[in-house]
Amino acid sequence: MKRYDLIIVGAGPSGLSAAIEAAKRGLKVVVFDENEKPGGQLFKQIHKFFGSKEHKAKIRGFVIGQQLLEEADKAGVSVVLNATVIGLYQDKEVVVKIEEEVHHYKGDAIIIATGASENMVTFEGWTLPGVIGAGAAQTMMNLDGVKPGKKVLMLGSGNVGLVVSFQLLQCGCEVVALVDAAPKVGGYGVHAAKVARTGVPFYLSHTIVKAEGTECVTSVTIAEVDSKFQFIPGTEKHFDVDTICVAVGLSPMSQLLKMAGCKMENNPKRGGQVPICDEYGATSIPGIFVAGDVSGIEEASSAMIEGRMAGVTAAEYLGYMEETELTENLTELDKALDGLRQGMFAPKNRGQNITETEEGIPVSQNLLKHGFVADDEIERFPGVTHKAGIHPVMECTQNIPCNPCQDACPKHCIKIGEKITSLPAVDESATCIGCGMCVASCSGQAIFLVDETYEAGFASITLPYEFLPLPVKGTKGKALGRNGAAVCEAEVIDVRTAPAFDKTNLLTIKVPTAYATAARFFKA
Amino acid sequence: MNQVNDRSRDIGPYVAAPDDDMIICRCEEITKGEIRRAVHDGMFTLTEIRRYLRTGMGLCQGQTCSKLVKGIVARELGVSPAELEPVTSRVPMRPLEMRIFAKEAKEGEQDEK
Repeated sequence: MKRYDLIIVGAGPSGLSAAIEAAKRGLKVVVFDENEKPGGQLFKQIHKFFGSKEHKAKIRGFVIGQQLLEEADKAGVSVVLNATVIGLYQDKEVVVKIEEEVHHYKGDAIIIATGASENMVTFEGWTLPGVIGAGAAQTMMNLDGVKPGKKVLMLGSGNVGLVVSFQLLQCGCEVVALVDAAPKVGGYGVHAAKVARTGVPFYLSHTIVKAEGTECVTSVTIAEVDSKFQFIPGTEKHFDVDTICVAVGLSPMSQLLKMAGCKMENNPKRGGQVPICDEYGATSIPGIFVAGDVSGIEEASSAMIEGRMAGVTAAEYLGYMEETELTENLTELDKALDGLRQGMFAPKNRGQNITETEEGIPVSQNLLKHGFVADDEIERFPGVTHKAGIHPVMECTQNIPCNPCQDACPKHCIKIGEKITSLPAVDESATCIGCGMCVASCSGQAIFLVDETYEAGFASITLPYEFLPLPVKGTKGKALGRNGAAVCEAEVIDVRTAPAFDKTNLLTIKVPTAYATAARFFKA
Repeated sequence: MNQVNDRSRDIGPYVAAPDDDMIICRCEEITKGEIRRAVHDGMFTLTEIRRYLRTGMGLCQGQTCSKLVKGIVARELGVSPAELEPVTSRVPMRPLEMRIFAKEAKEGEQDEK
């Protein structure tokens, strides 16, 4: 039986991060993954990540995946793909199906980083072809280059539902509605806002009554639900669709740990059946560690840090590292993880009704109910100011751990400060030169450059634009408001692309001055 | 033992519901009604349900339906889903053809990479 110092199951963000840390300390590491491509969900993530520089903020997910793979390769990690771990036995024996054979390996330490699988909901017609998981839609679009459907209804307003809705729009699908049984949008407001401004209607406190069709989905009926999630008769809405995307949460894939005999618990806060483990991933069995979603649903940025924690902990467990060095490493990683677990969406705040920002500003209720900040709410946020000449307008209204905009501005116009969850504010003493770096750096696509005195009677608005075909200078069309409704005529006066913008194009449109604070998207 | 395993408990009669014919376990084509009836037949644990109906024993190995089945059984028993012990995890974790399952790699092969 082949022996390794460390066997890792799952080559996603946490598994690869763990492998890198351990291999760097001299451990002989192998990573098994059942997929044909490594990276877990990272290679499906085409949006820019949140966080700060150390969390790889404003880098697109798939690029982070490439970076991890390169690092793993350099560190001497062996990543075996199409390798399905089918069993984890006593004494850390790992049984793997590779090609047409079953192989046995022995690890002195094991890290389980198997991630999570998508939840499903049932409704009449849920087994019809055309009802798919949001993850499936992402795999089709971003890995296989297949358009999932023409007209799509999205169920679920968490970050997965919001991000995938935007990707569906980018891929040329029509998203007819974004539906959630909960009374408020579950994901980041900025993700919701970028979907809403393209014209996708949000139906909160609504869910699917039935999917219709004989051979496949041809339409869907939704209806409003009351506080006990019962349908309210007479509130039905009907949409012609060929695809229904379901994004209703994830469950940890923790079966291997249960099989190995790790103590388990049912913890709804962590997403279901999870191993009982300490903050660095040590389970009840010495030498078996966990990292990432398998030990509690979070997201890729924290999974990477958890992976690194498990990697160094395993290295120390096997004697490749002094305890003092481990403590130093963990202190630093603790800080990084703590930085991510702040703000309104922090795990500790789950289920809480937050009505005010950390700055004491009432949160936008319209954003939670309809996916966009209402015109009469937007002015109260510190990123939204008015002055003569070009200046940034940051429609960032929730405390989330993210600060790339602050460093992006070469003129230091944007202030977030030490606390990375603080809302960005404009430094009135600095002068904006209209370079657009902030617009392109904002992972939430929430920054605009506005010049209310562009020319007599007209204002210019520079907005982030990630759709193809890219409009050309001179294109005339409609400016859309935050709610996606046409507000006025608009003309594209500039289109900028640059390597530094990392594929976020900057579209500058000209609108009548009266609409400078309302126009936030362009449709030719 | 928790109250889930108390077989003397009266959970009331099985009452037909309009969505009883909805398929829950797609791989084995088991309906909601079959699962509900199984509980009234005395199958109070998820492992029993699995053995009785084969829910979660098909191609996806319960990846899609295990949470759904759990919810239905818990509701029928009048307990929280968290109180139900999940089914035993067994090798093979993923569906596997018998000819592969029975084919052990020879020592040394594939390993030298």
